[in-house]
Amino acid sequence: MLRFFGIRLARALLTLVLVVTFAFVVLRLSGDPALLIMSPDAPPEAIAAFRKAWGLDDPIWQQYLRYFAAIFQGDLGLSMRDGRPAIALVAERIPATLALTLPALAIKIGLGIPAGVYAALHRNSFADRAVMLLAVAGFTVPSFVLGLLLVLVFAVQLGWLPSGGQESWRHAVLPVLTLGIGGAAVLARFTRSAMLEVLGQPYMRTALAKGVPWAVAVRRHALPNAAIPTVTIVGFMVGSLLAGAVVVESVFSWLGVGRLLVVAVANRDLAVVQCILLLVATTMVIANLVVDLLYGALDPRLRVAPKGATA
Amino acid sequence: MTPLVEIRGLAAAFDDVPALRGVDLTVGRGEAVALVGESGCGKSVTWLAALGLLPAKAKVSGSVRLDGQEILHAPPAMLDRVRGGRVVMIFQDPASSLNPVHRIGRQVAEALRLHRGLSGAAARAEARRLLDRVGMPDARRRLDAYPHELSGGQNQRVMIAMALAGSPELLVADEPTTALDVTIQAQILELLGEIRRDTGMALVLISHDLGVVAETCDRVCVMYAGRIVEETASTELFSAPAHPYSAGLLAALPPIDGPRQPLAAIPGSVPEPWAMPAGCPFGPRCSHHVADCDAAAPSLAAVAPGHRAACIRPVHHARAAASMLLPA
Repeated sequence: MLRFFGIRLARALLTLVLVVTFAFVVLRLSGDPALLIMSPDAPPEAIAAFRKAWGLDDPIWQQYLRYFAAIFQGDLGLSMRDGRPAIALVAERIPATLALTLPALAIKIGLGIPAGVYAALHRNSFADRAVMLLAVAGFTVPSFVLGLLLVLVFAVQLGWLPSGGQESWRHAVLPVLTLGIGGAAVLARFTRSAMLEVLGQPYMRTALAKGVPWAVAVRRHALPNAAIPTVTIVGFMVGSLLAGAVVVESVFSWLGVGRLLVVAVANRDLAVVQCILLLVATTMVIANLVVDLLYGALDPRLRVAPKGATA
Repeated sequence: MTPLVEIRGLAAAFDDVPALRGVDLTVGRGEAVALVGESGCGKSVTWLAALGLLPAKAKVSGSVRLDGQEILHAPPAMLDRVRGGRVVMIFQDPASSLNPVHRIGRQVAEALRLHRGLSGAAARAEARRLLDRVGMPDARRRLDAYPHELSGGQNQRVMIAMALAGSPELLVADEPTTALDVTIQAQILELLGEIRRDTGMALVLISHDLGVVAETCDRVCVMYAGRIVEETASTELFSAPAHPYSAGLLAALPPIDGPRQPLAAIPGSVPEPWAMPAGCPFGPRCSHHVADCDAAAPSLAAVAPGHRAACIRPVHHARAAASMLLPA
């Protein structure tokens, strides 16, 4: 178990190093922060001074090593735009993002899983077809389209809810719905197929053959088995709590981490972008670790020799 | 005295394709009956249908009486008491027939709670006794094992222990030894016979293995294409099969001694359920076939005392049957 955990942890750290390195290289190759932040018609001396101040004159490998050394001391750098620590900028946006993604996650799980289970138990019924039709629609419509559609109906036509901003809870309703509906659709489809798979297993027939009533067999024998694959998707959703709202935050001008990321990338605000990527990668990696541990709890077959699961 | 189970005209169809086409079968108290035939002939479906275990899309009709009481299409609450209580069924692949996420002790105890009202420590003690009864080594420790930690034979023992939990009057064993290796097969069959002697429980053994059947059962029903085509005592079937299909099955058994020779296969293949011939379903493959065979599907009729066959030209002698099917 310790060995298993050790391997997972090493792999997780490697993932983080790769994400940071990749972000570092791509951001430096794709534009000059000095020109973007100082504006191209600034005097050359000012731009040179800016480059010198931020160490942009040094060879890229020196910058990389310096950056890496700083991370290990807990220093994620300063924002080139307003000089504050990047971590502070990001941290103050986290509550706003969670205010959207946590309720959305509740909708995904609370709506998606029961809908999928219901559809599977009533396979080929009208209800099943209706649920699946909605799920396919929710699954295929991109979130910015769904978001704009909701704005059009509830903000523009009906005038019930604001179309953007974040002054009150009412401003959160439409972005939360946009995020929640799409995720619920994904989860409903996934849960349904996991349930159908399990319902066809011989042990379900055994349960009925020994006199277990249908509803009890579903609860006690089918659901625990169907939970195993479903946990993977839920884990992924938990992992994207911080990163999953980039598009929706932009559509609803919601000042969260996603919006900060978009602005920081446009400005080549290197420290901020890297800080967000590191944060997102870390949450994703932690969620994956938790999923791996949950597998062991849910499926005794994986307890003895955990292998083959994805990192 | 009413028989324990009396099945009359049992038919089942999936998406309008018939899988059973009128099965008549009686099981007496304490009797051991075998149901033999090729894969897909309806052996398992007969009992899944009788116990209401087919998926909802299957259309089932006919009559299944347990102790004179109709159980086909009975209310779920009644069926739940019958299944696992008076009639239990165990299946071919024991490893996948047990729930992989529950400990076996819990799975046995579940049946005990349902049919004997036991729970907690009492259920656990009884589960342990049952595992001991079915010859599970180190039963106390195995209560906490998961199915994947046991061998196929051990899992089948768990299935049998679970089946015994409700003190059933009839155990339907659907190819219980097919997935096991030969020595374990013999042990499991012996166990079933032993339990039957001790409890007086009736046994229906579904099998395609005539050797297994000969050892275990008093009476044999041969199924072909969704119907029973011959029904007789096991000894009689081996010495004097009446239906050309049964004769063909016996002729296809490899001889245990003598020179090696090619096996006598029955020519052709089982007709597809949606393309049944008009008369006898075995007609097109039968070397005894005459024009009258195509008039109507023959029903079971006595060819000798206690021996019925669904054939208008029954074979009367095993050797005749064998020579008839062997290449000249």
